[in-house]
Amino acid sequence: MIEGLLGKKLGMTRIFIDGLDVPVTVIKAGECYVTQRKIAERDGYDAVQIGFEEKKASRTTKPMQGHFKKAGTSPFYHLKEFRGEDLSGYKPGQKITVKDVFKVGDRVDVTGRSKGKGFAGVMKRWNFSGGPAAHGSMHNRAPGSIGQSAYPSKVFKGMKMPGHYGAKRVTVQNLEVVAMREDENIIMVRGAVPGSVNTVYTIKKAIKKR
Amino acid sequence: MGVMADIEKDYLRTDIPEFRPGDTVVVNVRIKEGDKERIQAFEGVVLRRRGGGTRATFTVRKVSYGTGVERIFPLHSPYIESIKVKTEGRARRARLYFLRGLKGKAAKQKIKKR
Repeated sequence: MIEGLLGKKLGMTRIFIDGLDVPVTVIKAGECYVTQRKIAERDGYDAVQIGFEEKKASRTTKPMQGHFKKAGTSPFYHLKEFRGEDLSGYKPGQKITVKDVFKVGDRVDVTGRSKGKGFAGVMKRWNFSGGPAAHGSMHNRAPGSIGQSAYPSKVFKGMKMPGHYGAKRVTVQNLEVVAMREDENIIMVRGAVPGSVNTVYTIKKAIKKR
Repeated sequence: MGVMADIEKDYLRTDIPEFRPGDTVVVNVRIKEGDKERIQAFEGVVLRRRGGGTRATFTVRKVSYGTGVERIFPLHSPYIESIKVKTEGRARRARLYFLRGLKGKAAKQKIKKR
């Protein structure tokens, strides 16, 4: 079975499970189709390439059209390879639904691109505390000293400074799958995942199992 | 219907009566103490309702031994055994925070009966 799927964030809400109020992120993981099989003898490793989110053939480059034609599927926006144990059952063109891979109670790692924050100051980017807000203070959100003078006479590498923040690949580990809607390929995981609605995620089985 | 609303629909309760800010309600809350479960009533004036879907909550205020007590309940929580509307009040605004500053009869007069 392959160890993960591709999905897309639909939003967050809260649901009640056994009377408890659970914050969940709703992710539509599928439908995914097998677009290629990588085999150890030929490719050096075993994996399944899956496609997510159909797109028009007219928006697909000719070389990619050929790739999808070989698999016998429509073109997709997103392709990703997944490994796993015993992949012999997977054939190109095959549909993979959520219930083939995950079940309620599983732990998953969700990887996606976080929201971009643009050029951010040190308070937002590095959680500096900033200066006093009032009493004539003119040191409000500035970083303050970044080093000493005669020695070391330079700014150390990796000094926390303002700069571009967010829009970065982020993984949240060990989220619990609390509910599923198998017919619609929807899974609900406890807690938040990076990125906005419509962010595409790689959802894998947790590597740090409890 | 949006997908999110459709998902929330599964978790919404249908046995919640209609009520508005200004109404006096009795909220019967399930309380777990160890293995035992009992029901506690909380009676007071609805100060506000907020949120939609499963995220909806409402605030109830009562005066207990001279001290104002407010509780915020998730509207669709399974811990709410039942909600009963005792009197329907007519309030002229949606958020009755001004009641916090009023006592006794003054508070009552601001909410007329419907």
